[in-house]
Parts: sequence; C-alpha cells; structure tokens
Amino acid sequence: MTDAVPTNETILVVGAGISGVTAALEAAECGKDVVLVEKSPSVGGRVAQLYKYFPKMCRPLCGQEINQRRMDASRRLRLYTMAEIESVTGEAGNYDVSIRIRPRYVNENCTACGACADAVEAEIKNPHNLNLNAVKAAYIPYSMSYPQRYVLDPSIIGTDDAQKAKEACQYGAIELDMEEATVEIKAGAIIWATGWNPYDAAKIQPYGYDRYDNVITSLELERMMDPSGPTGGRILRPSDNREARSIAFIQCAGSRDQNHLSHCSRICCMASLKQSTYISEKYSIDSDATTTIYYIDIRTIDRLEDFQKRVQADEKVRFIKSKVANITEDRISGDVVLHGVNTEGYQRYDNQHDLAVLAIGMEPSVRAGAVGSGIAGDKSGFIQADANNGAIFGAGCAANALDVNRAVQSATAAALRAIQVVNGVAATEAGS
Amino acid sequence: MTDRKIATYICGGCGLGDRLDLNQLEEIARIENKSDIVRTHDFLCNSEGVSQIRKDIDDEQVTHVVIAACSRRAKTGAFAFDDIAFTRANLREGVIWVRPDSEDMRETTQDMADDYLRMAGAEIQYMQQPEVDRSEDSNKKILVVGGGMSGMTAAVEAARAGYRILLVEKRGRLGGTAASLWKRTPTREPFSDPEDTGAGELIALVEREPNIETFLNSAISRTSGAPGRFSVDISRESGGTRTENVGAIVQASGFTRFDAGILSEYSYPASADVVDQHELEELARSAGGGRIKRPSDGKEVASVVFIQCAGQRSEKEGHLPYCSGFCCNASIKQAMYFKDCDPGIDTNIIYTDLRTPGNGEDFYRSAQRKGVTFTKGSVDAVSPESDQLNVSFTDLILDEQTAVNVDLVVLATGQVPNSGVSIELEDAAEESDRNAKTPDADQTAEVPVDSILNLTYRQGPDLPHLRNGFSDSHFICFPYETRRTGIYACGPVRRPMDIAQAIDDATGAALKAIQAVENAALGRGAHPRSGDLSFPRYRKEGCTQCKRCTVECPFGAIDEDEQRYPLFNEARCRRCGTCMGACPVRVISFDNYSIDTVGQQLKAVDMPDEFDEKPRILILACENDAYPALDMAAHQRREYNQFVRVVPIRCLGSVNAVWVTDALNAGYDGVMLMGCKKGDDYQCHFVKGSDMAHDRMGKINDSLQQLQLETERVETYEIEITDVDRVVELINDYSRKINEIGMNPFKGF
Repeated sequence: MTDAVPTNETILVVGAGISGVTAALEAAECGKDVVLVEKSPSVGGRVAQLYKYFPKMCRPLCGQEINQRRMDASRRLRLYTMAEIESVTGEAGNYDVSIRIRPRYVNENCTACGACADAVEAEIKNPHNLNLNAVKAAYIPYSMSYPQRYVLDPSIIGTDDAQKAKEACQYGAIELDMEEATVEIKAGAIIWATGWNPYDAAKIQPYGYDRYDNVITSLELERMMDPSGPTGGRILRPSDNREARSIAFIQCAGSRDQNHLSHCSRICCMASLKQSTYISEKYSIDSDATTTIYYIDIRTIDRLEDFQKRVQADEKVRFIKSKVANITEDRISGDVVLHGVNTEGYQRYDNQHDLAVLAIGMEPSVRAGAVGSGIAGDKSGFIQADANNGAIFGAGCAANALDVNRAVQSATAAALRAIQVVNGVAATEAGS
Repeated sequence: MTDRKIATYICGGCGLGDRLDLNQLEEIARIENKSDIVRTHDFLCNSEGVSQIRKDIDDEQVTHVVIAACSRRAKTGAFAFDDIAFTRANLREGVIWVRPDSEDMRETTQDMADDYLRMAGAEIQYMQQPEVDRSEDSNKKILVVGGGMSGMTAAVEAARAGYRILLVEKRGRLGGTAASLWKRTPTREPFSDPEDTGAGELIALVEREPNIETFLNSAISRTSGAPGRFSVDISRESGGTRTENVGAIVQASGFTRFDAGILSEYSYPASADVVDQHELEELARSAGGGRIKRPSDGKEVASVVFIQCAGQRSEKEGHLPYCSGFCCNASIKQAMYFKDCDPGIDTNIIYTDLRTPGNGEDFYRSAQRKGVTFTKGSVDAVSPESDQLNVSFTDLILDEQTAVNVDLVVLATGQVPNSGVSIELEDAAEESDRNAKTPDADQTAEVPVDSILNLTYRQGPDLPHLRNGFSDSHFICFPYETRRTGIYACGPVRRPMDIAQAIDDATGAALKAIQAVENAALGRGAHPRSGDLSFPRYRKEGCTQCKRCTVECPFGAIDEDEQRYPLFNEARCRRCGTCMGACPVRVISFDNYSIDTVGQQLKAVDMPDEFDEKPRILILACENDAYPALDMAAHQRREYNQFVRVVPIRCLGSVNAVWVTDALNAGYDGVMLMGCKKGDDYQCHFVKGSDMAHDRMGKINDSLQQLQLETERVETYEIEITDVDRVVELINDYSRKINEIGMNPFKGF
C-alpha cells in the first residue's frame, strides 16, 4: 500500500473484482500509482462467489491468493473499500474525483479475531451467499476477505448489539461514531471495472423464479456447492431441503431475448456444462441423479469444445434443443414441470424435475450511461471504446459479456490504455 | 556477518498472552535464538507496536526481525518492511486457533509455540535481505514478431506509451490476414452490418509512428538473453542479418488457414466453386461491393451455402478438434455480402451450434432480418450436378435427409496457430527415435516446422504449446502467465480469435512486455512472485555440472556456460526454487530462501525422546494453496494435531530431498508434503512443482526401505486452497497413522 498523494499521473480503478484487481496490479507493477476503489467491504467481486472455474475446475480463490500477495507487495497501490465514485469532473489527464466512503465501523486495528461476531446477536442476510442464509451483523464477508477486517452492518448501529461488539473488541477497532467520508483525488485516467450482475430472474415471468421455490439461478447453485456456503455444499431444493436428483438447466435465461437481454452472455453454456459435473461430483456414479440441459445452441468456443464433448459423453446428462416455454409447479411434490417443444423432431414435452437452474444472463452492474454523461455504451449498457470517452476505459464485464479469462485480458489491455494517458501527462510535465 | 542485528517481537494480542507463556517465549528468543532485542507487546500490529519496530530498525540498526504473532498472511499492511530481512512465527493461526483452550492441552500448545519461535529464529539466522540487482544498461525496447493486426496493435499501443518498437514481419507487407479481407464483423452499435477491417488505418499508424522500426521480409533466426537484455538476430529473406538488443518480446505470429484439401467429401479443391472463407473474401474484394461471381465461369452467384465447422470440432484424422470461434460471425458477414447486394440471392448457413457470443447475437438477428437462412444440419457431401453444386445434408430440426443445389459453397474452416516448434512433440520424437523405428513412423512423420523465435534456451526454441498447438497460458486468472519470462503471445497464435479480440489481446500483451522491461531494470521478479528481489545463486566449487537445475527449470531460465556450469538468467527466473530442490549437492540458494533457511528450521524443533509420547510430524506446505487452507481452518477454529510443525515453502518443486532425509534423521516421525494439483489440469504456477515432488519422493521411498523405515513416513498430497476440511482431516488421519506405525527408531541418535 502506498501513502503517495494521487496526482494526474495516478490511475483510478473502479471495482475490485478480478478485472479491477488485475488492471490495478498490472498498472502498479509497471511502476504506476494506482487508487483502487471497491463498493463492498472486500475485494474479490463476482468470482469470489464461484465454486470452480471452467474448464480446469480449479478454485477462484487460488488466483485471488496470488493477487492478494501481489497487492501486499505493491507499494504503488492504494485500496479503498466500501467506497463509491460520487463524481468525476475534468478531462483526460486531469480528472477530479470525489469518492464517498461508507462507514465500516471497524478501523484498521482489527485483527480479525472474531470477538465482535461472537458478541453480537443480530443477524443479517448474507450478501456473499446471495442472501440465501444469515450471518452475524458483525461479520467478515468470506474466508479470504481482503482486507482481512470485520465490518458492522449499519442496521445495528445505535442498538445494544453495537455496544456489545465494541465492548468485546480489546483492540479499539470498533468505532461506532464513524461517519461517511468523502475523499477528493486527482487522476489522469480511469478504468471502469464494475463487473456484472445476474439479470433479474423474476422478470422472466414464464419461468416463475418469484413464484416457485425450486427455480434457482446458476449463481445460487455456485453458492450451494461451496462447503462453506448456505447449504454446506449440498444441492438442496429450497422447498423442502431435499437433495435434488433430477436437475434441469435452462439456457439463455434472459439472454438472446429482445424482451430481456439482446446479447448472448457468453458464459452460461460453459457454466451449465460445468455445473452438470457438480452433479456427478456430488452423487456417486451409480446414483439416479440426472441432468437435463435445455439449450438453443451450445456455445463452447475454442478448446472449451473438449469440455462439451466430455459432458456429452456422460450418459446421465441429456441435451434437449429447446427454448423452454414456461415452468409450472407440481403442488404436491414441489417439483417443477418444464413445458416446451424439442425442436429436433418437434416433440412436445412436459418434463418434471426436482430443481430448475436458470443459466442466468449477465448485465453490467453500472450501465455506461451511469458511468458518466456521454460515455458510449451498447444497448445492454456495456461500455464501448470511444474517442469521446476521454481517458475513461471500460474493462472486463463492464465492457462486455466475458468469461474470467477474457475479462482479465480486457483488464490488462485497459491498464495499458490508462498508462498511455498518464505517461503522456508525465512527458508533458517533464517538458514544461 | 558482523553487522547482523536480530530483534524479536512477541505479540500478546488475540489471546496469545492468555494462552501462552510469553516469558518462556522471550527466553527462547533471547537465549536460543540469540536475538539482540526482544520485546513483547500486547498489541503488536497497532501503530504503536509497528512504530517500535520501525524505530529499532532506524535507531538501533536492526537488520533482521522476527515477528511472533499471527500468520504471515495476516496484518500484511502493518508488518511491511522492505529494508530488512524478516520472518514471522505463526503463533495465532498456527497454534492457539487450531488447539483447544484447555488445561491439559496447555503444555503441548506451548510446545508448538516454542517450536515455531525456534524455527523463525533459525530461519532468520540464515536469511539475508536480497541485494537488489539493478542493471543500469537494461534495454527497454520491445520486439514484436508478426505484422498482422495483433502485431501492429501491440506495436502501436506500446509505442504510444513511449516505448521503442522493432516490428518484424515475415511477408513483404504489413496487415496479415486482415489486409486481405473485404470487411470484418461489426464492433459497434447497432452491430448489424459488416465494417471496414481497419487494417489500412492501422498500417498507416504503424508507418507514421516514429517509435516503430519495421522489418519486412524478415524473421527471427536467433533469440538469446533474458528480459532487459535479449539479443535477437533479425534475418532478411534476401540475406543479411541484423543483431538487435531488446528488453521484451511480443509474439504475434498469427495463424495459417486450415488446409481444406483433405475435405474431399465437399469437392474441395476438385470443384472451383467450393471455396473457403478466405477465398470468398478474395471474390468479394474483386467484386468490390458488387455482385460476387463464381470462380468456375464468372457467373453471378444466385445461391450460396455456407458449411460451418468444416474440418473443425471433429475427431477425424487431420481435422481440428477445437472450435475456431470466429467462423459463425464470418459466415454471417459473408452471407451479407450477397444479401446487401441483392436480397434475392439465396444464402443458407448450415450449422450445428451457431456461436455468436456477446453482441454477435445482434449481428445474427440482423442477418435473419436480411433474409439469411439458418439451417441446423450436418452436411454429408457436396458434389457437382449439371452446372451447380449439390449439397446433401441432414436437417436436424426436421430430422430428414435433404439436398439443395447452389452456385457456390463456402467452407468455414478454422485457424491453425503459427506457434513454431513444440517441445512436447520434440521430446516425443526423440523418444521414438530412441525406440526402434517402425516403417510407418516415417509415413506419419510431421512436416518439419520452422521455429518462430529460435530461442537458444535448453528447453526448446519456442514458447511451449498448451493444447492443440496454441501458445496459450495454462491459467484462467492469468492469461498472460508465460512460461518464458518476458515473451508474451497474443492473437490467434494464443487462441483462435477474430480481429476485435486480437486487438484487445495484443494490447494486453504489450502491457506485459512493458512490465517485463520495467521489472528487469529494477531486478524485480515477474508474476506470480511479483516484486521478489531474490534470485538463485550457486556455489561453483561444489557444483558437479550434473545439469539437473538446467533441465528441471520450468521456465528455461538456466543456460550452461562454456565449462558446462549453470548460467542463471535472473530476469528469466520466477524465483520458485525448483533448481534448489533439484540440486543433489545443495549448492543453489536464494538470499532469503535456501537449503538452510528451511533445513535449519526443522532442526530447530525440540525433539522429544521416544518415551515422551510426543511424536513430531513435519509439514512442508505450498504457500499458495495448502498454507492458506491451513490459515482458513484456523479462522474457523478447526482443531488439528498438536504434534505437527508447518513450514511454508515457495513450491513443492523447491523441496530438496535433503530436508526430508534430515527430518527423518533428526527424529521426525513423519513428513507430509502438501502441494497443489498435478497432472493435465495442474494448478502449479511453477508448472511441475507438485509433479516433481511426487516423483522425487517416490525415489526417497527406496532410501526409506534401505533404512528399514516405513514408506508411509513420507507422504505427498495435493491440496486445493479451499480444502479447509480436508486438510484438517488429512493431518489428523496421518497423525493417527503415525501413532499406529510407532515412533521413528532414529529418534535420539
């Protein structure tokens, strides 16, 4: 971490998911001063909620460990968590940025000992687990949070619980009178890496996400698989907590649909293929657990093709070429019934499953229009490169629907575009 | 070392003061560890504690610091000292958080803490703050190999950041494949029509850019050196070679069109009216926006079929098993060449999965609006019929066999990377050379491939290939994690891709090249040990020139000098320590990580005698996966056996067999090696660390048997970072097993 005062040779990175962290580190490791701003209490972003990455089936936290060590080693990087951009004025090479920092109520004295969480009784919905379970109102967001520091939920401020937390802390780390603060900084270039949100599944009315317990999103399944997640690593039907054995994946849930997201979200085919292997991981080979994937096209580009072939070879995974028309619920069993037409041969089906997983589409967390006035975006709100954007560069899923590998590639490219601007500033100043 | 001054700081916070006898720790620090300064603080990581340490460094000339508190992964912001050697004894996550707080466990908990402090004390005795090796004459020029869209982009983007570029192109012109295209797929809203390729504009930028020097008709005939001081021979086709020094290399050597000649079932090349996508671009260019004429007789094309995945996504001999990704959009674009000219022309794209990710979907919809037909089907044959082509296919929707007659057929074939020589294939070839040659081995022999870089490295002349011959990174999170430091592949040589992706990719690779030259100038290690200033040294007197270090270095960082001694190229080195693990005579070390920094730690552990019923189990844990998993187990207050002593290591590949044999000789009852996942989907960022450790420990088994020790006394495990439950179970199971086997008979000798 750095104590350097940001100048117009500083690069500001907004969002500390894998794209933002990458852009920040790549720039810092080129010798640039970087300020990294993250809205939530920890870095990590969306990937920290994933159980495994396709196609290697490795753990997202492994790469995060490396990136956290890189951040530790970087003397050029300053991180603000619980912080958001309030305003940006100025122009390429000379921005004035106002950063609003929400109170964490825990200062850097925190040793992550956990005494505050033991003392507090109130619980809140656990945002890391997509609100599927509860966590103490004094909490550390997840096992590898960075910074490794607790946070107090604002809902307990002014209650006895907050006092209990304060009293439990032997290190003076809890500051109940912490207030929202605003920091003004200079920056020469801005990398916007605010990532993606799953499309609001409730808007896809025929699938009944808001009506049926046993319709969940692909992201929720990722959390279920995590041994430290809301179901302790088991695939449980929300209606009755029974292990789901017949699981349907519905592709293009929200994507490739002009009523919802007009783009293809790119990751969802591989996500479902990957998740189909979770089923075989969880249940023994001779179990009756089956997976059915309802798809329009399977989009597994380049070497991901191998992965598709591997899954297709699994007899317990069935592929049905169909855009599912709608879902109903079997009242007695709580099962979901998928209705539609198998377009290969035009047969109608009414298929009953324990659980339906919506391979939910990706939309930008912050639409281009909200990044700044005049920032170019496509119709889904992804930031488009444009000369009129000045030195504001989109990176990762703020700029396109990308998988992790491509998001990191995009973030690395954005780091260079930002460096070009601040090097230009440095050259001008050296020459003046 | 006369000016070595050691200070030890013991923290009493987070329950350490309650659970442990800090006086006893102080005594160990003072007497056994010979610390010059010992201080105890009840909250060491606060500003007061940290400034005390800072003050001792500044005022008392402390050169070596031991912090006995929490894990080295905790409070890293507070405990950050760049100017001294320091280590940490993990008393919190390593001791009190994994042991129950009960009276009967107090003694063994204290034993653990005492040992971790002794270990840190032993380690610091042998540690040095690495000397910075800044090279004044480090070269910051960047070589870009390939003058297509990727290469030109890398050159222009790096030049714009102020770097000088040498751009080398094999052909007599810039622009690569893109320059011969009529249009490209759209990159901007509304993503509905083909766009100008941008190649002409980019060529003009390259030619105008004063920071770029271009070499046409040229190739790289030799590359030696290291980041910051590569020496490359640029040879002109017409003869003549120029030797240049550069700091880093971007390899944008692109792709070759798949040879459709083997697709005889589609009448290629038998019929002139069956073309690949590239040939269709030529037809479109000569039509110049007008009607496209078919090659056989110049008749204006009135109907055309596009066959997707031609020779791709197929296991057939000679076909490409992968999907090239760009071809669906390319066929849509080409169908529009016809439709935009005359909506009456029949255009039919026959596909199995139409792959238009992202905004390609808009382009797909635009084509549907323009009347392009999309048929889910699989084509069996194309054959001439009267003056047309008969395309017979299975319609997968109607589930029926059908056929159509058209004027022109376009095959959507794939990209084959220009990635040079594969070391894996070379190794395999050597292997088969050594074995008896079978007659048909000659028939199937590969056409010799020209190297792109002609590296003089021991590990082969080109970047290692990943899958299907592409020079890609093995890692999801790190697409530019190269196995040859300072050399970055981008564009279709790294992975099949279209122009838009290649431009992004090339920009990223240009950044990595810039980073490599900047790091080389500062003597800093590259990813994943970014900023590490230590590098391997060796004691020449002890070296037996066995070459194991040069062979086993996963990054090809070690050459051999004229006398066949190892020649370390620090800027190529990634500081993993594989060479140190490989060295049978133990002459390789880093200033802050060596045979002694680990070896002395395990010897420093107090070894109770056979009758104490206190076994000792040594765990050598990979710092990237196993060690964090152990930390997280501690955060969850999981309990594990009190007799284990954990030493974090850079990579299992750095484990020298002597540590294991020394441990057994010193009386340890068992040794657990915890590395990451090995095999095809390996997790090791130093490539083979886990594999090599498994291999080396296999060999140790023989020595164990000779000593009449049970082979179970040394076990190797693959641990993922999320294996929090499993790592605890493994330790506890192993401890039980050691109990069953009994104590090490060498204890006390």
